[in-house]
Amino acid sequence: MSALINVPAKVRRGDVIEIRTLTSHIMETGFRHTVDGKLVPRDIITSFTCRYNGAEIFRADLFPAIAANPYLSFFTVAKESGKFEFEWIGDNGYSSTASASIIVE
Amino acid sequence: MPTTRRQFLSLAGGITAAGTIPIVTLRPLQATPAMLNTAIRNVVGEAQLRTGRVKLDIPPLVENGNTVPMTVSVASAMTADDHVKSIHVFNEKNPQPNIANFHLGPSSGRPQVSTRIRLADTQKVVAIARLSDDTFWQVAAEIVVTLAACTEEMN
Amino acid sequence: MSVWRAIAAAALFAAAPALLAGEIPPDAHRSGYSFMGPDTRAMQDDDTANPGMLFVLDGEALWGKKTGNAEKACADCHGDARTSMNGVAARYPAFDKPLGRPVTLDQRINLCRANHQLATPLPYESRDLLALSAFVAHQSRGIPITAGDDPNLKPFVDQGRNLFMQREGQLNLACTNCHDDNFDKRLAGAPVTQGQPTGYPLYRLEWQTLGSLERRLRSCMSGVRAQAYDYGSPELVALELYLMSRARGLPVETPAVRP
Repeated sequence: MSALINVPAKVRRGDVIEIRTLTSHIMETGFRHTVDGKLVPRDIITSFTCRYNGAEIFRADLFPAIAANPYLSFFTVAKESGKFEFEWIGDNGYSSTASASIIVE
Repeated sequence: MPTTRRQFLSLAGGITAAGTIPIVTLRPLQATPAMLNTAIRNVVGEAQLRTGRVKLDIPPLVENGNTVPMTVSVASAMTADDHVKSIHVFNEKNPQPNIANFHLGPSSGRPQVSTRIRLADTQKVVAIARLSDDTFWQVAAEIVVTLAACTEEMN
Repeated sequence: MSVWRAIAAAALFAAAPALLAGEIPPDAHRSGYSFMGPDTRAMQDDDTANPGMLFVLDGEALWGKKTGNAEKACADCHGDARTSMNGVAARYPAFDKPLGRPVTLDQRINLCRANHQLATPLPYESRDLLALSAFVAHQSRGIPITAGDDPNLKPFVDQGRNLFMQREGQLNLACTNCHDDNFDKRLAGAPVTQGQPTGYPLYRLEWQTLGSLERRLRSCMSGVRAQAYDYGSPELVALELYLMSRARGLPVETPAVRP
């Protein structure tokens, strides 16, 4: 499963930057039925966290009303060069991670 | 070839059918305004809910309720003393009232979050921001959904 | 002066290929993109916001992965897809000489798997087949569609055109009734498009996933209450071929986003 991460590669210290993430996930609501009437069990991402050099800068609790292949865009102040780490956690033990580096001058 | 009334009706019928025939999903109970209020009270508690400072950008007429772009932003200086702690988004008529909670801080720089949501029907969406002084601010928007979500037969 | 204009007009008329009643002249062809609202366009325009790109990424990984009894990857024969696959999707479905009939890009991928990788075929609409097909078609993004040019394909293009013009189902509607005669009108709140297959496989907001042109055709068929043809059937391939030849000159948009 892939994730698309968009973080500017090089910025000036103090800039407010946008971070965009898109990840593959079905986000099955748990409210749908199959043709033969069975309930399709819920299978969603419930939590997303972004850490910047280890410190949490953004977190989201997600519900079945989030569309499949969740897209999130948020902002942060570029303080220092380093690494953004992204983590998605969900039903049935789902967990995936990604990272992106940034140079702050 | 001029369009006759019969042709128009059969064409209209065809398109409507294309949108509705494959429904096999029985939508469970919708969230009610009472459930929406309860979900909001779970976040806000007994605090006063003021109107303003929050902006909700959703197309007023969406092309498909399964994937609706949404942006929430808040008027805030985003300093250590005065910033947005969290943003909470709710809906009125999906099977359940919560959409998402976003946790921010002074290092967010700009209190703005975008995502894509599902709206099962034409309905109200409410966004609430909790500021660092523990005041709560809200905005509501009415969204018209032209195609109901979840209409395709599951494969 | 008016005589010259009349002659010029007559010459133009004679030069244009014969159009059946109701067919859209080539210079009026429009991608489904032009019928969409600004938010859906924005989703397609930005690769980091286009969920179809997740499948392209998966396809890129599969392209380089060894598979089957031959332990071969696509890349082992075809090398860098950015050059070897550039423009390929714009001419699919293409005529396959050994089979004596057109094959779709999905079928070509499975033929490669069978003949060269000695691997089992990927099921229609499976994530891996859609991903590979999206990755290959993405290498043609921006390239004008030329499918159907091969003279061997003529009878199959004609078959597809006949199917497009033929009324079917309990609602007794042909593709042409909506997509040639009534595009740009709105029904049930949604615009009727020309049905130009420029961006397949594409991400439909309704599906919340990537899907093939065949999936789209099949859901149209059940919409008019007709029995949908099976995936990979000669009828669906002929329809796909006709639609691609009808979209001649429009650029490939894979992975497109549609409502």
